[in-house]
Amino acid sequence: MNICVLIKQVPGSEAQFNVSGDGSWIQETELPYEMNESDNYALEEALQIREQKGAGEVVIVSLGPDRCQKVIREALAKGADRAIHINADAPYNTDPYSIASALANAVKDERFDLVLSGLQSDDLGFGQTGVILGEMLGMTTATLVVGTEVQEGKIKVKRELEAGWFQWQTMDLPASLAIQSGLNTPRYPSLKGIMTAKKKEIKKLNFVDICNVDELQSFAGLSVQHAEKQTEMIEGNIDQIVNRLVDVFKNEIRIN
Amino acid sequence: MDNLFFNEEHTMLVKMVRNFANSEIAPIVQDMDKKGKIPKEIISQMAELGLMGIPISKEYGGAGMDTVAYAAAVMEIAKVDASVAITMAAHTSLGSLPIAIAGTDEQKKKYLPRLASGEILGAFGLTEPSAGSDAGSTKTTAELDGDEYVINGGKIFITNSSIAGLLTITTNIIEHGENKGIGALIVETDNPGLKIGPKEKKMGWRASDTRQLFFENMRVPKENLLGQPTEGFKTFLKTLTGGRISLAALSCGTAEGAYQKALQYSTERKAFGKEIHKFQAIGFKLADMATEIEAAKLLTFHAAWMKDQGRDVTKQAAMAKLFASETAMRVTTEAIQIHGGYGYVKEYDVERFFRDAKILEIGEGTSEIQRIIISRELIKTFSKVA
Repeated sequence: MNICVLIKQVPGSEAQFNVSGDGSWIQETELPYEMNESDNYALEEALQIREQKGAGEVVIVSLGPDRCQKVIREALAKGADRAIHINADAPYNTDPYSIASALANAVKDERFDLVLSGLQSDDLGFGQTGVILGEMLGMTTATLVVGTEVQEGKIKVKRELEAGWFQWQTMDLPASLAIQSGLNTPRYPSLKGIMTAKKKEIKKLNFVDICNVDELQSFAGLSVQHAEKQTEMIEGNIDQIVNRLVDVFKNEIRIN
Repeated sequence: MDNLFFNEEHTMLVKMVRNFANSEIAPIVQDMDKKGKIPKEIISQMAELGLMGIPISKEYGGAGMDTVAYAAAVMEIAKVDASVAITMAAHTSLGSLPIAIAGTDEQKKKYLPRLASGEILGAFGLTEPSAGSDAGSTKTTAELDGDEYVINGGKIFITNSSIAGLLTITTNIIEHGENKGIGALIVETDNPGLKIGPKEKKMGWRASDTRQLFFENMRVPKENLLGQPTEGFKTFLKTLTGGRISLAALSCGTAEGAYQKALQYSTERKAFGKEIHKFQAIGFKLADMATEIEAAKLLTFHAAWMKDQGRDVTKQAAMAKLFASETAMRVTTEAIQIHGGYGYVKEYDVERFFRDAKILEIGEGTSEIQRIIISRELIKTFSKVA
């Protein structure tokens, strides 16, 4: 069973954000970056399936700038076999359709039985990439997956519905599944894993070389609502000043 | 710290150990302190992650990482719990490294894989009622009888003694009626001549296993002699000075764990209408604590780095251990002060950090012994220059 896991590097949950000067993105310097939370669960699920089957490969695919190497190494340290890093520099493409098509081109010759992705990224949260990629590769797709059971040529998945309801669905392989956080207990990388991660293959591709579609949506800009402080200097004679003050207290600050 | 001493592997190791300590150890720290015991599962989880053989070479089943990595791991665990940290550090620095450094090929092959994988824990018996840093006053004797040494005597304050599978003990080696000097012997703990005393009732490091050992005509095969007595033993003791680096790392972790609790509390607790860190009296305390911790970490990682360069670290290891342990005592004291009355009750953890700190100024050579070592080294280098 050959499994592809899509892993995105996102700002850590404790990160403090500032909008960059031109409002096009966030300021990235000094931001702590982490593996996207649900991707970590997808990785664990992939490793467990490979262990159950006793054979096959777990391949990490990650798209982003050079700093993504950190989460790629982390995934390799946890036990993934090799990785494909699609280098994409700023300004970042934020369109799930063109991202999925680049991913599809990167993995089309790999013949994966399964593509596992996190349900959604913790930064942009579109939740579409895994599904679009599955469609592009001609796979069956499912989202909100909270359990898997590999069968002969098929996979049975447990999906989380509303109000505490669950659904079991049997799907043909190959399949692309978007994994919900919490379905397993992600492992820690062992020291042996950490020491061997460096020796594992990371194939490098460039986003611009493998993305052959136009963006369907693009990022207009980022802004944060600011509360504004205004200072008014009241001028005039005493009567005018007092009248203006009373007016402010009554009608603007509303002191009764 | 990160860029100066850490490579990519070190950074990954630190992240992993920090996550492990926060998720698996932190929730049970108070319970372990109360019960005076570390659950077996914690040690086996650590073994599975490779944490019980960090500096042991890959050839013998260890991770084959350097002293910087080992110190960093001890520090991260000590930020959460000193008892778990000392269990790992005593097992590694004292229980395993002497065999890795001074053992014969047969001894290494026989014992190191079991130690490095965490299958068994290691311990080291040096201290006696009248001998510790003054190893020359050791009273325990091992008399050669045929192919075996017959050992009589005892040891005190031995970390990991009842949970260890293997002990290395120091003893007078007597062959054909002649005292050859002090040497070390490897003892498997299922030896019928070994009696292990009850658990010591300690002030801190409550969950760490500390006991007295008694040897009554304990017979150990001749081939378990570790290194050679007399000349060999001096070199052997010197290699142990590296163990002070792990105690320094443990001290840095203890200090930082308490400091983080105090920093957190200072942003939550309000007095006279503002958070207490806004009072200079508290803010300055935090500034001093953070500065001293930073200095202690630099000394510790520098000593570790020097050891990894293969250089003599007698002075640097002693300096790091001295400064870091005294920093831990000062910082944990101030952490309680910042907490006020809450710091004096167990619920707020700084009480435990304070109790755990005192031993750092005593174990593996007291602060006074460290000062003796440092001053001796100073004079040594001065004479060379003059």
